[in-house]
Amino acid sequence: MLILTCPCCGIKADETELAPGGEAHIKRHGPGSSDAEFEAYLFTRANPRGVHFERWRHAYGCGKWFLAARATDTLEVFGTYPATSTAVPDAILSRIRARRPDWIKPDRIKPA
Amino acid sequence: MSHRLPSGGRLIDRATTLGFTFNGRRLKGYGGDTLASALLGNDRMLVGRSFKYHRPRGIVASGPEEPNALVGLGQGARFEPNQRATTTDLFADLVAQSQNHWPSLDFDIGALNGLMSRFLSAGFYYKTFIHPRAFWKHLFEPTIRHSAGLGRPTSEPDADRYEHLYAFADVLVIGGGIAGLQAARTAAESGARVMIWEQSAHWGGRAPVDDPDVEGMPPDDWISATLHWLRAQPNVTLRSRTMGAGVYDHGYALGYERVTDHLPGLDAPRHRLWRVRAGRIITATGAIERPLSFAGNDVPGVMLAGAVRDYVVNFGVAPGRRTVIVTNNDDAYRTAITLHSAGLEVAAVIDARARATGDLPQRARSLGIRVMTGRAIARVRGGGRVTGVDICQHTGTGAAGALIACDAVAMSGGWSPVVHLWSHCGGKLIWDAGAALFRPDPARAPTGADGAAFVAAAGAANGVMRGAALLADARAAAAGGDAPAPEPEAITPVWIMPAAAGPGLRAKMWLDFQNDVKVSDVQQAAREGYVSVEHAKRYTTLGMATDQGKLGNINGLAVLSDAQGAPIPDVGTTTFRPPYTPISMGAIAGEARGDVFQPLRRTPMHDWHAAHGADWEPAGQWRRPYCYLRPGEARNDAVAREILAVRGGVGLIDASTLGKIIVKGPDAGRFLDMLYTNMMSNLAPGKCRYGLMCSENGFLIDDGVVARIDEDTWLCHTTTGGADRIHAHMEDWLQCEWFDWRVYTANVTEQFAQIAVAGPKARDLLQALGGLDVSSGALPFMSWAGGRLAGIPLRAYRISFSGELSYELATPAGHGLALWRALVDAGQDLGVIAYGTEAMHVMRAEKGFIMIGDETDGTVIPQDLGLGWAISRKKADYIGKRAQERAHMTDPDRWKLVGLQTLDGSVLPEGAYAVTDARNANGQVVTEGRVTSTCHSPTFDRGIAMGLVRHGPDRMGEVLRFNRVDGTTVEARIVDPCLYDPKGGRQDV
Amino acid sequence: MSDPVSALPGARYTGYVTVAEAGVQGMITLRGDPSADALRRALRAAIGADMPDRRRIVAGTAGAVAWMSPDEVLILLPHGEAARVVAQMQAALAGEHALVVDVSDARAMFTLRGKGSGADVREVLAKLCPVDLAPAALPAGEVRRTRAAQAAVAFWIDAAGVAHLICFRSVAQYVFDLISLSARPGAEAGLFPDP
Repeated sequence: MLILTCPCCGIKADETELAPGGEAHIKRHGPGSSDAEFEAYLFTRANPRGVHFERWRHAYGCGKWFLAARATDTLEVFGTYPATSTAVPDAILSRIRARRPDWIKPDRIKPA
Repeated sequence: MSHRLPSGGRLIDRATTLGFTFNGRRLKGYGGDTLASALLGNDRMLVGRSFKYHRPRGIVASGPEEPNALVGLGQGARFEPNQRATTTDLFADLVAQSQNHWPSLDFDIGALNGLMSRFLSAGFYYKTFIHPRAFWKHLFEPTIRHSAGLGRPTSEPDADRYEHLYAFADVLVIGGGIAGLQAARTAAESGARVMIWEQSAHWGGRAPVDDPDVEGMPPDDWISATLHWLRAQPNVTLRSRTMGAGVYDHGYALGYERVTDHLPGLDAPRHRLWRVRAGRIITATGAIERPLSFAGNDVPGVMLAGAVRDYVVNFGVAPGRRTVIVTNNDDAYRTAITLHSAGLEVAAVIDARARATGDLPQRARSLGIRVMTGRAIARVRGGGRVTGVDICQHTGTGAAGALIACDAVAMSGGWSPVVHLWSHCGGKLIWDAGAALFRPDPARAPTGADGAAFVAAAGAANGVMRGAALLADARAAAAGGDAPAPEPEAITPVWIMPAAAGPGLRAKMWLDFQNDVKVSDVQQAAREGYVSVEHAKRYTTLGMATDQGKLGNINGLAVLSDAQGAPIPDVGTTTFRPPYTPISMGAIAGEARGDVFQPLRRTPMHDWHAAHGADWEPAGQWRRPYCYLRPGEARNDAVAREILAVRGGVGLIDASTLGKIIVKGPDAGRFLDMLYTNMMSNLAPGKCRYGLMCSENGFLIDDGVVARIDEDTWLCHTTTGGADRIHAHMEDWLQCEWFDWRVYTANVTEQFAQIAVAGPKARDLLQALGGLDVSSGALPFMSWAGGRLAGIPLRAYRISFSGELSYELATPAGHGLALWRALVDAGQDLGVIAYGTEAMHVMRAEKGFIMIGDETDGTVIPQDLGLGWAISRKKADYIGKRAQERAHMTDPDRWKLVGLQTLDGSVLPEGAYAVTDARNANGQVVTEGRVTSTCHSPTFDRGIAMGLVRHGPDRMGEVLRFNRVDGTTVEARIVDPCLYDPKGGRQDV
Repeated sequence: MSDPVSALPGARYTGYVTVAEAGVQGMITLRGDPSADALRRALRAAIGADMPDRRRIVAGTAGAVAWMSPDEVLILLPHGEAARVVAQMQAALAGEHALVVDVSDARAMFTLRGKGSGADVREVLAKLCPVDLAPAALPAGEVRRTRAAQAAVAFWIDAAGVAHLICFRSVAQYVFDLISLSARPGAEAGLFPDP
């Protein structure tokens, strides 16, 4: 069972206080988008063994959504950051690179 | 025979005699006994029978690794099967019975299986029961079910209570032997918040039995001094009778505290499950002795050497009067010395090693104990009890030499560190060939949230068995740093005895005593190609018994490794999974049983409903009245009565469970236009509008009426199930996508009790209360007004889900019951009734209104339901719009909503499909529609239904055939979904 | 007009901790930018309190204010005052982007009172909530939103060691039963030392 620190209220939250929200940093495509764009937005998800970016909601706590960078294989948490972030904070990217030198940053993950 | 010694026993109190019952026989033990020691003290060595062959089984061990001494404990609602006698503290009037035998423990029919053992070898089940196929269902399965299972649970509800406890520690030490105590002390001295668990009632582990001194002190003195210090520290929590059951991600650990097992009847939780988050975990879980694999090693009277001296030292009980010790290591000589010191006869120490020159063997020799090196036990004599052993050369094939008469055999194959908790969360092991054991690999420890190791093993659990090295190892585990390397154990691995034993002997060498797995079974599995240790385990059932292979697994995999010619570390171990030993279902459930099994949500009028015949229906965690039963009334009759009363007069339904969400802000209108398929921004204050919400996939997820409260505030009603879900959906979009939009939401579902007042006399009823002007002029259809009725503050929404004149009254929840009662009282002359959810469902079906969850199932878009009128074409975007433009969503062949009327007036089966004569490529019947809602309509006195049908709206009047579960079909005509008052005059008066 | 009733009027259980329903309690949800002057002024005018720091509850002259999330506080005041204060604050915040809503009837409130400094109260909560309740980890006056078994709750422990716990009204019976069960005599676990 994970512990993730909610960046909104500062609580080190037990997983049972949290609700998962799937992959983070997905760009919304609405009317006017191509079928391919819309398919990618709606269905295409990364499923890495390793570094992953996720959405979580502190559902039983402050109710706020936040984002987390963690490793799906070891469950190491590289950091949590606000849901309003369009980019991954530098400190988190640095930590990922320090811990996982072989990690290749996906294109959709933007540095701050 | 096993017996109580005239003196000794450091844990028992001979002044306290405890009577107990085993298999109906009244026996006596002492305070401080375990059930196992008390049974041995009464010469009850035979305590059960094995699972497969029903072989007689005696006590083998003294702790949680015990595979044989499983008993049914207690009576009635407190009866519990499969309790280990070795970890059951004796208490007055304990009642236990042995298991897995019929008709009696001493004479057991199932033991005939033993005669069949050559036909019941590894993989017997797989090979035998697979053919002929028909036999499985009618012969094999019933027979196996009859004989399967170990122990029978009681059918009565558990009489005890249980609880969970969340706790936090910087350092959690699991195991209260001297390594654990030392680790806890070292950690506490650093100022850390420390918790330490010991599974038994006693601290100190094996040291008082095994060690002459600890840091120059008698072990008991060292233990009590350390405990005294720890107990004085405010930052240390000590729990005995608490087993570390599992170690999980991010420092999570479960502790199983047996609070009252030894104090039955005490009004306290029986078990407490500690749910702990620890910064670091130190596993000081000790080691478990391995049996030796020689023929007849399962005969009652053959025990682990460590257990034999435990019984003597701790309980003053001797398993036998004349004991043979068989070993491959020096440690077992402790048993010889202990027995000798207690005045018991040691017939011989049979040592498989060519030489035994360590301190312990020399001390044994100096006491006059006969030591026979290079020897082995060829076979054990005796059936229900050991009578002697045949001795042979260890390097040979087992040609018997001397017979040594004895009534007990103490065996030691070396010690295996308890690596379970280390391994639960991914810790890896290394094979230490010199010491012949697997121990934790510190380079591959479980890692936590920060990526660093969070588990360290200490002491015997780390392969450091005793002495100063053990304490140094414990300090290092607690403080970090490296401990000096321990002195190597004096051991020579022996996996079968004698080394070149033939098939006849190997078929009598037990690896798993509970599941009857022998050396020959594992060798056979290897021959038949089971390379993976996990597969071999399942094929042979080795280690699959309730003890999970604590005794036999290492021996088993060594045999497998030998059979494969592969080194032991290449074969590896099976997976160690929590819990370490079985824990009670009650502990897992904790408080969640009975009334608090799960939250039961109640509206403010709940008790009124209950007092007036409510026939409850769950709606999520809510309970809603399905109908109100009058004395002697059937459900269908009650529903029909309620519907006719509403249609003809006036009725009340508790609609408090409907979701109510306030959406406010300068961008609230814009936000709601994205959320709903239709326009909400242009709704005038004071007005209501029905709206649909879709997911980004385009599918309909919720519906409800939106009221505009003021210029920048809207109130959104959701379905009962939608309140929390839709509020979360709104917050998701607001927090994560449109976080620059100025909108706040508040879920006020529970702030209001809501009552729908429906029926042609609804207005009369409200006017009877007095206050708010509810006339059609002041409060027209699809509008709302705030005010008071009968002095109670409320909002009245003129909306209708029944097709009748209807008001939904929302009052602060604290006034809900008062408003409901006022309506009931004022409505007596009007014949007001309370109606339930089923009447509501039928009335909306008569009106052709859709219901989320009936007409929708996560694959239905509003366009399928004839709700195109509620989809704005003017809006550039709304959630789901792009998805609804996809090719499959605009396919003209999509099934669309229609009404359905059976030709014979019967009620269509729920979920029935419209079948055609065509078949698809797989030979399946082609369908062209399905029923989504179906019921008997009292208004029309016939079955009515709605369904989704291919090209349905274009096929009005056509007759379809719907399947029934009995294979027949029923004909129904496609009609308009709205049967009742299609022009809508009744609701808009 | 009828007097409003709370969820479980008079409910009380005395175990090794006493749990009692607190009766009707005025509550107002205030959402907005907590650093905005208008919001702070409105709060001070209505309650006589400043905006609480993160996760804190502060007392004012006319009530108390509990931090709920970065853009939300819960105002506690006498039930009879809630409607008036909502109207007052809505007027004061007209034209501001803020939400003031009366939620007095949406919740139930309980007090948990122990025998000593509150160690027993903390223990009873620790049986239900995945929260470190040690005084150093959860000091007096810190608001913790979490779950109690399967229900959402918020609570804080005051300087006298009394816990105040808020849950949704519909689950009041469930939460009351949970706490009562956890506080039953004989279930004392001794998790926290009582100095």
